[in-house]
Formats: sequence, structure tokens, C-alpha cells
Amino acid sequence: MTDNDVASSFGWPLALRAAEVFSVAPHALGGVNVKAFPGPVRDYWLAQCEALSPKSLLRKIPLNVSESRLLGGLNFVATATWGRPVMEQGLLAECHEHIALIPMAERAETRVLAFIGQSLDTGFVSLQRDGFNDQRPAAFGVLALNEGLDDEPLAGSLDERLALQVQLTGINLRELTPTTLCAADIAQAQREWRVVNISVEHMERLALISVLLGIVSGRALQFAVNTAKVLAALKNLTQCDDASLELAITLTLGHRATRIPTPEDSSEPPPSPPDSEQHASDEAQHQQNQSPPQDQVLEAVKAALPADLLHKLAAQQRLRAKQRTVGKSGAEQLCLKRGRPCGTIAGDPRRGGRLQLIATLRAAAPWQSLRRQDPTQTQTHSGLVIRKQDLRLTRYRHRSESTTVFVVDASGSAAMHRLSETKGAVELLLADCYSRRDSVALISFRGDSAELILPPTRSLLRAKRALAGLPGGGGTPLAHAIDTANLLAEQIQRGGSTPAIVLLTDGVANIDLKGEPGREAATDDALTSAARFRAQGINAVLIDTSPRGQSRARNLAAALCSQYVRLPHANAQSLFETVRAHV
Amino acid sequence: MSLAFPFTAIVGQDAMKRALMIAAVDQEVGGVLVMGDRGTGKSTAIRALAALLPKIEVVAGCSYNCDPDKATAGLCESCRVADGSKRHKTESVSIPVVDLPLGATEDRVIGALDIEKALHAGEKAFEAGLLARAHRGFLYIDEVNLLEDHIVDSLLDVAASGENVVEREGLSVRHPARFVLVGSGNPEEGELRPQLLDRFGLSVDITTPQDVKTRVEIIRNRDSFERDREAFIKKARRKESALRKKIEAGRARVSTLDPSIEILEKSAELCLTLGTDGLRGEITLIRATRALAALEGASDITLKHLRDVAPMVLGHRLRRDPLDESGSQARVGRAIEQVLG
Repeated sequence: MTDNDVASSFGWPLALRAAEVFSVAPHALGGVNVKAFPGPVRDYWLAQCEALSPKSLLRKIPLNVSESRLLGGLNFVATATWGRPVMEQGLLAECHEHIALIPMAERAETRVLAFIGQSLDTGFVSLQRDGFNDQRPAAFGVLALNEGLDDEPLAGSLDERLALQVQLTGINLRELTPTTLCAADIAQAQREWRVVNISVEHMERLALISVLLGIVSGRALQFAVNTAKVLAALKNLTQCDDASLELAITLTLGHRATRIPTPEDSSEPPPSPPDSEQHASDEAQHQQNQSPPQDQVLEAVKAALPADLLHKLAAQQRLRAKQRTVGKSGAEQLCLKRGRPCGTIAGDPRRGGRLQLIATLRAAAPWQSLRRQDPTQTQTHSGLVIRKQDLRLTRYRHRSESTTVFVVDASGSAAMHRLSETKGAVELLLADCYSRRDSVALISFRGDSAELILPPTRSLLRAKRALAGLPGGGGTPLAHAIDTANLLAEQIQRGGSTPAIVLLTDGVANIDLKGEPGREAATDDALTSAARFRAQGINAVLIDTSPRGQSRARNLAAALCSQYVRLPHANAQSLFETVRAHV
Repeated sequence: MSLAFPFTAIVGQDAMKRALMIAAVDQEVGGVLVMGDRGTGKSTAIRALAALLPKIEVVAGCSYNCDPDKATAGLCESCRVADGSKRHKTESVSIPVVDLPLGATEDRVIGALDIEKALHAGEKAFEAGLLARAHRGFLYIDEVNLLEDHIVDSLLDVAASGENVVEREGLSVRHPARFVLVGSGNPEEGELRPQLLDRFGLSVDITTPQDVKTRVEIIRNRDSFERDREAFIKKARRKESALRKKIEAGRARVSTLDPSIEILEKSAELCLTLGTDGLRGEITLIRATRALAALEGASDITLKHLRDVAPMVLGHRLRRDPLDESGSQARVGRAIEQVLG
């Protein structure tokens, strides 16, 4: 690597390189995921982008863009004036050969992103709306301004289609330097980058690195190739060199890594992927052929990997695990019945939902002069002619409420340990649930069966009473408790609420489903019930109440696919905090 | 539309390619669903399929691609009226592959009153929608799990009955609409409604190949395609036309093949073992097996054909088993082992 290339592998120089590369081939590279808060650094970066490609305009696609504006459709004013359907071009088609700027992209709706993604893939926008059948070119690049940083990542469907990512947080104003390239350089590279050659050896290196980093997408590889070619074109080369390739890897592959390559990885089979044997032989081969550049490239990638990548990967996996469950507690849902109004949707009010009069009139208005002339209608209309397809319903967004179900082990073994602490913690949790307007239910199990002590309620007082009168002692019918919780969770789901189960137990079962004592049968039954519970995909936390962590409780948590928390040597308050963090 | 990446140049993804070819050989198989990670070449393959399809004969000037050989029942109203004594004029066209974009509105999907004609000629004319254009061809929905519910509703009925009935704006039109539904999507974006899932005859889950060699080949093909599309397509032309001939031969052959009793029994046994709902699974299984045998030019339908298609026919038809954590493909695999040995 030259000095210049080394300097550009992080911070502002890297962000600047991304801007230059993007300006050369906006559509072929999809775009840039710009991770930054609004501020002078981001403004400056965008200004650099604009300066580099003066011919393309930045078109803003606002978050609240309507589907008809995005794709095109009926031109409201012209149709009303001229009395015949007039088509209006959509935003996506207007962005053709320009750049689409999506502010707060992390908040954008899935469908809006799906439209943008399809245009990025095909370079066209096809219109089948309002009686129009049309296809327009829509080849553009996207600058997705992402203020969510890590807690709210950009939707995968868009991120996947953007080759580059820049991180502008943590860059000091004093570091900012303008680009050394001028618009003419970019224009020249634009003409030439496609014919730059890239050797087979370079492609092999790319493929190997993508496998080592655990990148599955084929698009990412294509982006890396194109970026390398653009970088070479910017240096007036016709053959891609090593430095361009390495920088391209840093720019396009680093942030997509799903695992960190270790030095052993390249000589030994990586443990996680299933088809590791195949890699092993491939990698061994490569190792012999070209180990020095291989290591060097890997080092470059590793240097570019964010230091807290592992941490982030773990967080992502948690997030994914959470998405797999039926719903996050308090997930937002669109619905026609209740919540905060948000937009309208075409539909029939007879099927449920509330008519949105203004939107209905607006939908009918442009057609009025047409409909009055409509020869198929024998009656003459003097007033408004409203057809079924004009009807608009209000759409509401509401946080689906969650119901926390406490399943408390009141058996002898647990009672001896920390029943009182458990109770205290549960009361604190109840108070918190109450403040979030969520419901609470309570199942207690002891003796030979589990019992629903408190059906889902919002009354804190009632819950407190039920808990205060909780008797302790007896066997541990764990299997029955899990089945009861499962049943209740199902009921709660059917009622439109999202259940979350908090199971407080030491995991030692000694009563089986039939109510017979016997440790082995009871444990087997508990694990079977747990598998059934797991299949429902309900969010659950298991709190291990034993004095020392028991492997049984841990096994049970694994079988339930729930989170495992050991009750720390602490008071009710800390238990409460643990649960609140996990549910 | 810009030039499509050739089907034969797609590296790997054999299950997906095979499913699409089976649907091309026997369109009655009932659609293909391709679900998989992003960037695995789902859309690329489906868009490339159009170039491979043979030509069909249609009634000239008919907006529903009516088949001139069909008895009157399978014709649209205008063709049925014209069909008295003389035969229709025919023309040969490529099998249509119609894109149903996500943002499509109902009037364009099922068809609606032609406003321009109504106003200027005072004529109550029906403007055919996408379903009419897709008759006898393919209807492709990218991101199928994001399709609006009311569009899905109108699709479900037509896909099951093969006929589109439009009652709106004073129009009363019915026309044949038999098409192969092809959907693709990313499972992370959302689940598919079970009713819609059931309309797909075949489903394949795909992932990106993880070995370096295949990946290199993918990059090389893609890169030379981007560099010079026309030359790349020209280079692939021979392979493409060989595959087209294979599909054409398969289409001609498929009606001559008859499944043996053994095949029928084994497929029924497979469906019973897996506990699939209804008979659609079995019917599709036999049709797909036959189409594969025809595609491969086999003289008989063998158990190997059955074994090859079973995962894609049955994978999406299983009921969820709470006590079985393994994926549906693994369960189908076990059942195949059990039944076919």
C-alpha cells in the first residue's frame, strides 16, 4: 500500500474516498449508508458529493412520501382540469440519473424501501396504477442518511443494496479536508471504469475474504469488484491493482462482516459454517499459493473492522432472535380499529374501519367531470359521484399492549430459598408494568399442579393481594406450570396482546404431568413441555432462583429458548431491573 | 427493459433453476415460490426465464392470449362469439412473463373500465389488466410477502379457478386467466399467508454458495456481463438455445408419460407420512415428477424423479410440528428416506 492508501483506510479520508467512488458510479454501486447525526460534518460530506458530480441533483425522498407520489400515477390537478386521465411521473422516475437522498432512512417504511430496492435492482420503475401501464427508467444512486447508528440499523433490504457505508460520527471538524479530485476527474472515471480489468487472482481473493468474513450476499461481491474498478479508474489505471482491491474490500466488505476472521481461520477449518470441510481444502490450497498477500489483505480488513464488532454482532443476533419471536413486547402495529391515526388506506368501511371523508373526497374529485359524462351511467348526477374505489379508511398505528405473565415457583425447594425476595421483585415489576399500561397475570405452581392465581389484569392492587396471599411449600410440578403458561400465552395472543413469560424457578422438577412424584419423569416431562412452549415462539425469561446457579435451570432455559438470568445476590430491586432489561 | 442476465450463466442454485424449468414444462404444476437471502440471484433467475420460453400460438388480436386449439369453454367472450364456423387467425408469440409490481392497484391487476374509450367513443370497454396479459404465461411478483392484502385476495381466487371475473363500474366481464404464479421474497421481510402459500406448487429455499470456487465463478460471470452485456449474451446463446430446445421437447413429451402404479402409491405414501393437508400435495407431486421426467427426456417416470421433486413440492405444505425443531426440508428428507429407502 502507498502512504496515501494507508491514510485513507479510516476516518474522514475513508469517508471522502467513499464519496468519490460513489460519484463515479452511483447506480452501479447502489449508494451509501451514511451513518451520522445531522451536523456540519454530514453537511460537509454531502457538499463534497454534490461538488464531485455537478450534473446530478440531490432529490430528497421524504419519510412520509405517499406511494402514488413515489411511483407516479394520476395527476390530480391536470385530470380535474382537462377531464381526462393525466399521468404524473413519480419521484423514483424523477431521480433517474440523479441521486436520491433519503433522510432518516432507518425509519422508512418497508414498502417504500422495497420500491426503492426494486428500482436499484432493475434501473426501472414500472407503474400499474390508476389505469396507467407504464415503465420508466429510474437508474439512480441512493444516499441513505442513517441517524439510527447501531440501536436502530438501516433496514436490511436497503442496506444490502448500498455498496458503501461511511461513519461520520467521531470525526472532528478540524479533520475535514476537501476532495483533491475535481468534477472532470470523476467524469473521466465515469467513462472508463467499466472497462478496467480485474484479474482472476483478485477475484479469488475477494471470494475467499467474503467467505472468511461470513458474508453471504452475492451483491456484496459485485459491489467490491465494481468499487475496485472505480478506484483503479480514478488512478487512471486500466488494470486493477492491489491497493485498489484492498481499499475496495475495506469500503464494501468490512461493515458486512458477520464474523471476525482469526489468523487460524485461513489455515484451519472455521468451526461455525456447516460446509467447513470444503472451505478447508480450498483455503489450504490458497494458503500454499498466495499466503503473503492473503494475510496482508486480511490484516487490512481487520484494521478496518470496528473494534466493538463482536459486541455488535452479539447484539444483532439478539435482535434477530427477538424478531423470530411472535412480537416484541409493545411492538407497533398498523390496524384499522384503534390507535393513533396514521395515513389512509383504500378499503371498504363495511368490512370494518372508519371512513376518512376528506381523503375519500380527494380521491373522487379528479374523476368528477369524467363521471358526469360517463355514458354507461343512465342517471344524470348533479352532486358528487363517489365510487367504491374512492373510499378511504383511516389507518391507525398502535403499540400492541403486552401482558407479562409471572410463573412463580412456590414449591418447598424454592420457598426455602428466596420466596420473599421473589415476591418483592414481582411487586416492583408489577408497578412498572402498571406504569406502562400493560397487563399482568400470575401463575403459581406448587404441590401437584399449577394454578392461575391472577388472570390478566391491570389492577396493581388485585395483583398485590394475590401475591401476598401466596402459600409456599410442596413439590415442583414444572411441566404443568409450563403447559399452563403456554395455554395462557396463547389466549393472550388471541386477544391481540403480546405475552411475555417470566418464569421464576430453580429448575428442579419433581412432579410429572400426571401428578406423580419422581425426579426423572418430572424432568423429562418438563423438557417436553418446554419444547412445546418453544415452538410457540413466545418471549420468555427464566430467572434462576437457586442459591448457586443450577445446570438444570440453564438446560431448561435452553429448552424454552428463553433468556437465562441468575438471580444475583441482591435485593428485589436488582431482580426487577434484570427482568425489565430482558422483557 | 435492459438486457437480462442469461439463465444458463447463473452459477449453482440448481434447485431453483430446476423448479422454474419444471414449471415451464408443465404450467399446470402451479407456480414457483423462491424464498432466500438477499443477493442470491432470485430475481435474476426468474427474469432470465422469459428468454428461454418457447413460442405459443394465440388468437390474433386477442388481449387474453386465447388458445386457438381450445374448445370454446376456454376462450374469452370475444373469441367465443367469433368462433362459429371458421377458424381464428392465429399468431405466434413468446410465452408472456408479466411483472406484477408491488405498488400495482386493483384496477390494473384485474382490469377496469377503459375511461378514455368510454368518454370519447361512448363505448363501455373493458381494459384488460395484468391477469389477462399473464394468461397462459407467467405472473411474477417480486417481494411477494410485501404485496398488499387486497391484491393478494383478488389473486387467490383467480389462481385457483383459472378465470377472472370482474364486476365493477357497470362492467361484467369474465375471461380465462391461467398463469404460473412465480413469487420471490426474503423470509425476513414477513411471512406469506397460508392461502397464498398453498397456491404455489413448488417452493425452494435458496442460499448463496459458500465455497470460494463457485463464488469466483459468480463474480467472473457477473463482471463480464456488466462489461459487455451484448457480447456476454451472445456467448451464452448456444447454451440458451439448447436449454430452450430441452424445454420444448419436455413440453411435447409431458402428455405422453404416465406414472406407474408404484409412483402413485409412493407419492401417496409420502404425503401420508408427512401429513400434508388435502390432495393438492399429491396431485402436484405427480405432475411435477412427470414434468421432470419429461424435461430429462426419460422414457419412464422413475422413483429418482419423485425423489428429486419431493422436497420442493412438499416443503411448504407441512403442518408445524411443535415437537420437531428441525426444518421442513429435513423432515421431508427423513420421510423420503423412510418411504423410498
